[in-house]
Amino acid sequence: MHPFEYLRPRDLAAAVGESATGNYLAGGMTLLPSMKLRLTSPEKLIDLSGLPDLVGIQADSAAVVIGAMTRHAEVAASAEVRRLIPALAALAGGIGDPLVRNRGTLGGSLATNDPAADYPGALLGLGGTVVTDRREIAGDEFITGMFSTALEPGELIVRVKFPVARRAAYVKFPSPASRYAMVGVFVAETATGVRVAVTGAAACAFRLTAFEAALQKAFAVESLEGLGVSGDGYNQDLHGSAEYRASLVPVMARRAVAAALAR
Amino acid sequence: MTVDVSLQVNGKAVSAAVDPRTLLVELLRQQLKLTGTHVGCDTSQCGACVVHVDGRAVKSCTMLAVQAEGSSVVTIEGLAQGNTLHPMQEAFRACHGLQCGFCTPGMIMSAVDLLQRNPNPTEAEIRHGLEGNICRCTGYQNIVRAVSTAAAKMRGDSAAA
Ligand SMILES: Cc1cc2nc3c(=O)[nH]c(=O)nc-3n(C[C@H](O)[C@H](O)[C@H](O)COP(=O)(O)OP(=O)(O)OC[C@H]3O[C@@H](n4cnc5c(N)ncnc54)[C@H](O)[C@@H]3O)c2cc1C
Ligand code: FES
Ligand code: FES
Repeated sequence: MHPFEYLRPRDLAAAVGESATGNYLAGGMTLLPSMKLRLTSPEKLIDLSGLPDLVGIQADSAAVVIGAMTRHAEVAASAEVRRLIPALAALAGGIGDPLVRNRGTLGGSLATNDPAADYPGALLGLGGTVVTDRREIAGDEFITGMFSTALEPGELIVRVKFPVARRAAYVKFPSPASRYAMVGVFVAETATGVRVAVTGAAACAFRLTAFEAALQKAFAVESLEGLGVSGDGYNQDLHGSAEYRASLVPVMARRAVAAALAR
Repeated sequence: MTVDVSLQVNGKAVSAAVDPRTLLVELLRQQLKLTGTHVGCDTSQCGACVVHVDGRAVKSCTMLAVQAEGSSVVTIEGLAQGNTLHPMQEAFRACHGLQCGFCTPGMIMSAVDLLQRNPNPTEAEIRHGLEGNICRCTGYQNIVRAVSTAAAKMRGDSAAA
């Protein structure tokens, strides 16, 4: 790791004020390993853990609002999240391993937007909204590409709003080594229609409109009969080919619908 | 440039001047000479470096020492009461839950955290709860047995082995 200056500001404006020359540090589960590998070498780390506005979970019957610094383990264990959006609690409880969940945060995960990360699936699948220090960004606009988001330089995620779905489920086929998603599918029947989001398969999470239309007619596993994906441009790596990932998508989608119906 | 950091380690107040890049595990092993916490991979994969920070198990190779400012840290050295091993340590010994022992400090710290949240885990829950800890020797069977034995003991089941 190259040397850096370390700051732990006490208020949000101070944190954002330092961002021109620094990087935010949340759980450090992605940033610190990349700094060790010198893939990134910030001059200054702005630790977000001293900012009270960024932690905690607020919920009402319409939405669950989660602070950016809320750890995956807290989301997984939250009685409110488990009651209102059990699929989201289960998703958080399946990220990495318990040690990663004890440090990693919602804001850090979405800001990174790893192609195989789980939370981007929930953001698209539930039609969530990212609230930053300067604006609100709809989930559909937030995710823009591989490791890329609509965040401007220095823009800080403060919290994320997840609307409560009538029913929802997330099923992933985890990489056995890291438990990142080879393919994960988030299915939700929301107030504005059925949403189906896929993560892990391609450069970034995306929606499957053909699957959504089929489930909109009838929210049942049979509705997905015969539906598949071409796999064009899907990820290929040592864990699996693009064809393999393409074959996993409909399987995970059917399992997710079955799981949503079983809730 | 150094930063002053103050924390509790195994119940004792500790202060140190550290370069901000110092990892928590480096502070523990190199400055405080608490070498029970191991470094296996240094890439957040293996769990050999697990310690408790404010009651939660974390990988100390993936946390800066300065991030532990004001925290209470417990390492493997902090579990035993004098010469009496913690029930989890005792169960690992009795069940042969280790061979080379390299993964063991992290394994035990993760297992203790697991039981704090779930005092009566099923075998599947134990395996899921230890997913962040890799052992290259035992094949895990005796580790799982040790954790369920310790769980029974800590719950006070008289039938416990
Ligand atoms: C072994 C291992 C397994 C994992 N498995 C999974 C998995 O199965 N699924 C999964 O989804 N993830 C997985 N992860 C990633 C994990 O969820 C990380 O916690 C997450 O990607 C990053 O969150 P963080 O809080 O640690 O962020 P950090 O590492 O602290 O930061 C990451 C990036 O986000 C930026 N950032 C952080 N917070 C904010 C904010 N509020 N606003 C703007 N920018 C911000 C930082 O500047 C940095 O660039 C795994 C990680 C490890 C080490
Ligand atoms: S040494 Fe920390 S996870 Fe391997
Ligand atoms: S006992 Fe050797 S690595 Fe686990």
